[in-house]
Amino acid sequence: MYESKMKLTPKQLGMLNGDQGEMMARVMETLVRFGDIFGATKMVKVTSRSGHLVTSFGIGLLKPLFRTMDQLIEAGVKVQGDFTVDPRPLDYANVKCNPLEKLVFNKFLYSQQERYEKQLAALGLRNSNAFTCACYLIGNVPNKGDILSWAESSAVVFANSVLGARCNRNSGMLDLFGCIAGYVPYFGLLTDEGRKAKWKVIVKTSSKPEAQVLGSAIGMKVMEDVPYVYGLDQYLGHDSTDIDAIGYLKDFGAATASNGAVGLYHIDGLTPEAIESKEALIREDAQEYVIDDAELKRVQDSYPLMWKKPDSKAQLCFIGCPHLTAKQLLDWTDRIEAGLKNNGRSKVTCQTVLTCPPDIADEFRKGSDYQRLLATGARLSSICPLMYTNNPLTKGKAIITSSNKLRTYSIARYYKDQEILEIITGGKA
Amino acid sequence: MKTFKGRVLAGGNWTGEAVVSHQGVNTLATFQSSALKNAKQVVVSDQNNSDIYKKMITGKALCLPITIGSTTGGLVIQTICSMKINPSAFLFSEHIDSLAASGIVLAQVWEGSDVIAIDQLGKEFLDAVHTGDRLEIKEDGTVTILD
Repeated sequence: MYESKMKLTPKQLGMLNGDQGEMMARVMETLVRFGDIFGATKMVKVTSRSGHLVTSFGIGLLKPLFRTMDQLIEAGVKVQGDFTVDPRPLDYANVKCNPLEKLVFNKFLYSQQERYEKQLAALGLRNSNAFTCACYLIGNVPNKGDILSWAESSAVVFANSVLGARCNRNSGMLDLFGCIAGYVPYFGLLTDEGRKAKWKVIVKTSSKPEAQVLGSAIGMKVMEDVPYVYGLDQYLGHDSTDIDAIGYLKDFGAATASNGAVGLYHIDGLTPEAIESKEALIREDAQEYVIDDAELKRVQDSYPLMWKKPDSKAQLCFIGCPHLTAKQLLDWTDRIEAGLKNNGRSKVTCQTVLTCPPDIADEFRKGSDYQRLLATGARLSSICPLMYTNNPLTKGKAIITSSNKLRTYSIARYYKDQEILEIITGGKA
Repeated sequence: MKTFKGRVLAGGNWTGEAVVSHQGVNTLATFQSSALKNAKQVVVSDQNNSDIYKKMITGKALCLPITIGSTTGGLVIQTICSMKINPSAFLFSEHIDSLAASGIVLAQVWEGSDVIAIDQLGKEFLDAVHTGDRLEIKEDGTVTILD
């Protein structure tokens, strides 16, 4: 039996010792051992009824995952409440694949997808539309101060920063275990001290900075530390529930989390804890990082080009990693339509895929705006672009994106939103 | 001989060969290819890590600062331990990251793995150790570079 270093309540100790069965004991042991490594002082209750899991793909190599899921189901263990999960890895209807690519996806990469989705459903998946990295756009919205057991770096940083919930950057499986046990170890971003900023970031750009590049610059500089950002509220306003601010902060946060390892940021005058506590959130020994136009250019120029043929023309464009808000989807539809008209074209120049949560896609497909989007040649999907680019056969493709996360984890080439628009509407070769 | 002392996360006594990465090890990229092929040994498949790319690391001591990359990292470490193609030891110069920690714990609790993990060995350790060096690891977290 594992002897925990942290203090456990009698109920938690009972769970660890098998009072609720062997499976629950192993789940608890995993969480307690994990917390002990990080000096957690106790286990605290998960207070949001909905979790969010990062592992959405039935990738064949993760055999222990499927076995463990089966063991949990056979033991009758379920999450308390429900959970959402990251996007599905495949969508042949809207993201074209050749027969060889499909073979690799179906037989080698995601051979366990159907089995895994059944397992997710048995353990508490909210519904068949609950596949998105931006779960807070489809109703999985924790309250300020809620303790979460989530994974998916972009969702965790959004929940911590914009919603004021409390969650550490968890790994796949630990997210599920926290939802099952109803407890998570208390350390890091769950504590008041862990939420204090070690960096003052001062934005001095001449105009509203590109969210994905600003996030990238800050992530690369502060890595896993918490930044307190000055100067953004002049562009984003003071209401973190405003839909345009949500879209910006979603994309900014995803870049901080993937280009660095940021789990929480504060925006002066905008995010809830910054409004509430202001500079009391900043540690006395905080370092300073000033970002101007030249710094953003330096950062963007530092991105390596991973294409096999650097001068290739774009073959595939992904917009929406993390998934787009409904407003962003509509804005992109308008911009692509107008861009094509300006450039005297009727169709986009390469396969273009916009990605958003399934619920938002379903609603969008009911309206006339969807027909406008289809008329441009672009397609709408709820796929995970990252999972698509896991296929080694796709690595020869010239993929472009306005997502800094996708750039980081694949060979996709990053462009700013306006540059992407010009490329796909024929304004730029 | 140089000796270093770290924090024991999963202890054991072991002697064998080091493989050294001076940059963060991307877990999924490192192990994916070998695991997908059901290989008997892991040959590193991460082209972005020239320190260890194409090196065989099964049964060796992987010396690294931290792991990086996808949040599947923990599951991947559990998987290679389940397949018994893991490095015998993970020797971290820094505080272990949350993804690697998840993997080590999952391997211990769910696979009964005897994988060794020691962290906080210090930057000096990573500066001193070279790929191919023979290492001796003790239960108490002592790591000695034998040659």
